[in-house]
Amino acid sequence: MDIRAGLLSGSKRAAARLITMIENGDPEAIEIIKENYHKTGKARIIGVTGPPGAGKSTVTDKLAKLVRKQGKRVAIIAVDPTSPFSGGAILGDRIRMSDLNTDEGVFIRSMGTRGALGGLSKSVHGAIKVMDIFGCDYIFVETVGVGQSEIDIVKVADTVLMVMVPGLGDDIQAIKAGIMEIGDVFAINKSDREGAEKTATEIELMLDLNGMTEYRPPVKNIIAKDNKGIDELWEALESHYKYMVSSGNFDKRREKAIETEILEIFKQNLLDRVMRLQKNTEYLSELISKVFNKQLDPFNAAVELANVLNKEEGK
Amino acid sequence: MNRPIRVLVAKPGLDGHDRGAKVVARAMRDAGMEVIYTGLRQTPEQIAEAAIQEDVDCVAMSILSGAHNHLFPKVVKLVREKGGEDILIIGGGVIPEEDIPGLKEAGIAEIFTPGTPTSVTIDFIRNNIKRD
Repeated sequence: MDIRAGLLSGSKRAAARLITMIENGDPEAIEIIKENYHKTGKARIIGVTGPPGAGKSTVTDKLAKLVRKQGKRVAIIAVDPTSPFSGGAILGDRIRMSDLNTDEGVFIRSMGTRGALGGLSKSVHGAIKVMDIFGCDYIFVETVGVGQSEIDIVKVADTVLMVMVPGLGDDIQAIKAGIMEIGDVFAINKSDREGAEKTATEIELMLDLNGMTEYRPPVKNIIAKDNKGIDELWEALESHYKYMVSSGNFDKRREKAIETEILEIFKQNLLDRVMRLQKNTEYLSELISKVFNKQLDPFNAAVELANVLNKEEGK
Repeated sequence: MNRPIRVLVAKPGLDGHDRGAKVVARAMRDAGMEVIYTGLRQTPEQIAEAAIQEDVDCVAMSILSGAHNHLFPKVVKLVREKGGEDILIIGGGVIPEEDIPGLKEAGIAEIFTPGTPTSVTIDFIRNNIKRD
C-alpha cells in the first residue's frame, strides 16, 4: 500500500493504516507526518470529555451530523481505556455512531489509551495530524470517561466540551477541582432526568466562583439521544471559537499545545536514548544496583546517566 | 513489532442477541487484543466501512438469525472492494454444518459454532492474521 499517495488522494484505507503505524511507533509514519506537516493546522479540534456514561459518544454523534449538514468533513477520534493487565481493550464508542459509518465525509477511529493516564492515547496527536492532512474540517476528540484529573484534552483541543449528567449528587463537589476547570462549554445531557436544573445551577455557581473573566463558559441543558438542544450547543461551541479568535487566545492555546508536544517528544527521545544505552552497555542496571546498595543516590545517578549518555554518543 | 491485534466484532443483520459476541469480545480483550465493538443490527456496508477506518487485522461476526449465507459473503465482498484484501474474516453463531463449506468458499476463513472455547478462536486469529 502506498501510504503517501493514498493519503493525498483521499484513501481512508491509507489514512487508517498511517494511524496504526503511529500507534505502533513505526518510524516511517513520523517521516510521512514530517513531509506533510505544513498542511496541518486547518482543522478545528473539539474535545469532548466528561464522566463515564455521560453520553460523550452520543453527543459527538449528533454534533457530527449537524456539521455534516453544513457540508464539512468530520473526523472522530474516540479513546477508550486499555487494560493495564492484558494490554487489550474494548473500544465501544462506535456503537453510538453507527449511521455515520457509511457517510463518505466522516472518518471514525477508535483508540485504546495504551498506558497513557491523561484521558487520551499518546498517539492522539499523530492521529489528529493525519485527519488534518487528510482534509477534515472538524476533528472531534472524545476522551475516556474521566474522573478528576484526566485533563490532557485541554492540551490538544481548541475548544473543550464538558458533558455532564444530572444526579451525580455530591460527586459534583469532588470533580470541581480538576476537570471542571477545563470546560469551555458545558452540556448537561439527559436533561429529562430529575435534577438537571440543579446540576446546571451547581455548575453556574462554580463558574461564578471563577470571578469576572472576559469569557464565561455557557451551560446548556440537552437530551442528546432525542437530538434536543444540539443546535444551541453547537452555537455555544461556535461562540467559544469566535471568542478565542478575536481575543488572540486561539493562537496562544495552539502555541501552548505545540510547546507541550515538543517537550513530550524531547522527553521521549531522551528516554529512547537511555534505553538504547541500556541495551548496548547495561549501564542503567549498574546504576540501579549502586543506588540499591546505597553507594549512590538517585539524584547523582541521574546526573551520571546524562554524562555517560553524552560521552557514549560522542564516541 | 509488539503491537496489539485489532479485531472488529460485529453483529450483522436483525437478531438482537449479542451475549455470545460480548463473551468472545471480552475473551479477546483479556488476550491482549484491541476489540472494536460495533453493536447490534449492523449492515454489511457499515461493518466493511468500520473495518477499513479502524484498520483491523480481523473482522469477527456473529449471527444467530439464519441470514449468514446472505450476510457473511456480502461483508467479505465489501471489505475486499474497499481495499481490505489482507483482513482476516471469521464468523460464528448458529451455523448449520452443511453451510460451512459454502461460507469458506465465499472467503470466511473459519466458522466457530456454539461450544467452541474462546481460546480456539483467539489462537486461530493469532495464527492466521496476515500482518506481522
